[in-house]
Amino acid sequence: MKIAVCVKQVPDTWAEKKLRSDDSTLDREAADGVMNELDEYAVEEALKVQEAHGGEVIIVTMGPERAGETVRKALSMGADGAIHLVDDAFHGSDALATSYAIATVLAGRGFDLIFFGSESTDARMSVVPAMVAERLGMAQLTFAQKVDVIGTSVTIQRVTDYGFETVEASMPTVVSVVEKINEPRYPSFKGIMAAKKKPVETLSIADAGLDVSQLGLAAAWTVVEDFAARPPKAAGTVVTDDGEGGIKLADFLATQKFI
Amino acid sequence: MSEVLVVVEHADGSVKKVTSELLTLARIMGEPSAVWIGPGYSDVAAAVLGEFGAAKVYVADGAQYIDHPVAPRAEVLASLVADQSPSAVIIASSADGKETAGRLAIKINSGVITDAIGISAEGIATQSVFGGSTVVHSKVTKGTPIFTVRPNSTPPVPAAVTTTRVDVSVPISEVAMKAKVTGRTVAQKDGRPDLSEAAIVVSGGRGVGAPEGFAVIEALADSLGAAVGASRAATDAGWYPHQYQVGQTGKTVSPQLYMANGISGAIQHRAGMQTSKTIVVVNKDPEAPLFELADFGVVGDLFKVVPQLTEEIKKRA
Repeated sequence: MKIAVCVKQVPDTWAEKKLRSDDSTLDREAADGVMNELDEYAVEEALKVQEAHGGEVIIVTMGPERAGETVRKALSMGADGAIHLVDDAFHGSDALATSYAIATVLAGRGFDLIFFGSESTDARMSVVPAMVAERLGMAQLTFAQKVDVIGTSVTIQRVTDYGFETVEASMPTVVSVVEKINEPRYPSFKGIMAAKKKPVETLSIADAGLDVSQLGLAAAWTVVEDFAARPPKAAGTVVTDDGEGGIKLADFLATQKFI
Repeated sequence: MSEVLVVVEHADGSVKKVTSELLTLARIMGEPSAVWIGPGYSDVAAAVLGEFGAAKVYVADGAQYIDHPVAPRAEVLASLVADQSPSAVIIASSADGKETAGRLAIKINSGVITDAIGISAEGIATQSVFGGSTVVHSKVTKGTPIFTVRPNSTPPVPAAVTTTRVDVSVPISEVAMKAKVTGRTVAQKDGRPDLSEAAIVVSGGRGVGAPEGFAVIEALADSLGAAVGASRAATDAGWYPHQYQVGQTGKTVSPQLYMANGISGAIQHRAGMQTSKTIVVVNKDPEAPLFELADFGVVGDLFKVVPQLTEEIKKRA
């Protein structure tokens, strides 16, 4: 079985994020880069499928050179190799461009399963897995809290507002996972050492056969008009409970007409 | 006026509240037409859609549209966009809604903006990003703009019209039927409003301490007719089910009133609730960062403050 896991390097989840004043894109230099948290669950799930069914796990990422750290982390968890799309002209690519680049690179490589995290903690759009499925004409099995592979059939539990749907498809298929699905492993020392020797295929836009006019900020189909830090909230009232905190809170809710 | 397509969110034949918000928003941009995908359309649904200004309702009736996730919905919408040339498509920012928007964008070669909290007459969307710390205005520059809009962003305003039903039948491609829904499992219903749509959300976090601790949170929620939420610390610890998690990687809520109990307020949580209109915080730790966002805060033990509040609400009811 051939499994791809698409991962993204994002600013540290716990760091404050901001936009660049020059081109309104995310300031990726302002914070440490880490693997998007939900992508760790995707790597873990791919490794579990591999453990049960054999085959290889290939990490796929698009991002600047430093995203190589995220690739190494995934390799040290146990993936076999990686494809890293790196080119200055990717800067500012929107979800449409990203899905185009990733789908193009994945196409024709014979992947049976393509894993994603269900959202990135920076853009939080949750659309790239569905877009890649659309572009590749594959089934989408997204927002999975459970994945079962039997032969060439894949069944997931898709999380919904009311519970979950059981959704089934035949390979090849795109799968995105939510954090409830597993507990990602920590890279072992052995894994970290082994990762240094694993093959990483680095591809530029030209290497990957991509059309540069569909990529980057200039090709984005949406444009940021302006942005601003949210005006700080006027300081509210904070009281210390003196035995009547609940009553004071009720008084506040009454003045706001909630009760 | 130009036509704006609004995709109806519905469950068990009834129209969800977010749809009336989307129709209200669509009226700023043009003349809203509703799009009902799946079975269950009725006079009751038509009345709700008409009340909020949908003169036309395109109905793609049939189980085939919902037996396969997302892809058939995008095909129905792509076909409507081709036939009707609307000026925009507006969809709710649910998981299904965002994925539908993404696939539609590729099909009709158009830009997409997700998680808008407002749209102007000129089609400029407002988004609140990075845990609500930054407000961004942006617009689509190519094709038919597609917007997904967060629930509770706009108060619904009625503008009654008579609704005409227009049946549409779009053949679904083989590709869109590759994934098949074989079962639907309803988690135990708690009888409370939907977390993402509720006007009031009462949440508990690390300070709740144990699964049993959520009893006081639930009691307060029920006294207010509110939904219950939980921080990631509480769901990770297994104290409350995962689907109630508010924050990054969980649900984003924007209710009229958000009450955070025993939640310190890391960015992870703020990302999911910062745009709430009124925020109340109860925490033992006076240094808890969430107090910075509080309209009203009480430094104290939630197991004393919350039950006292619940009592007081019942007394005043």
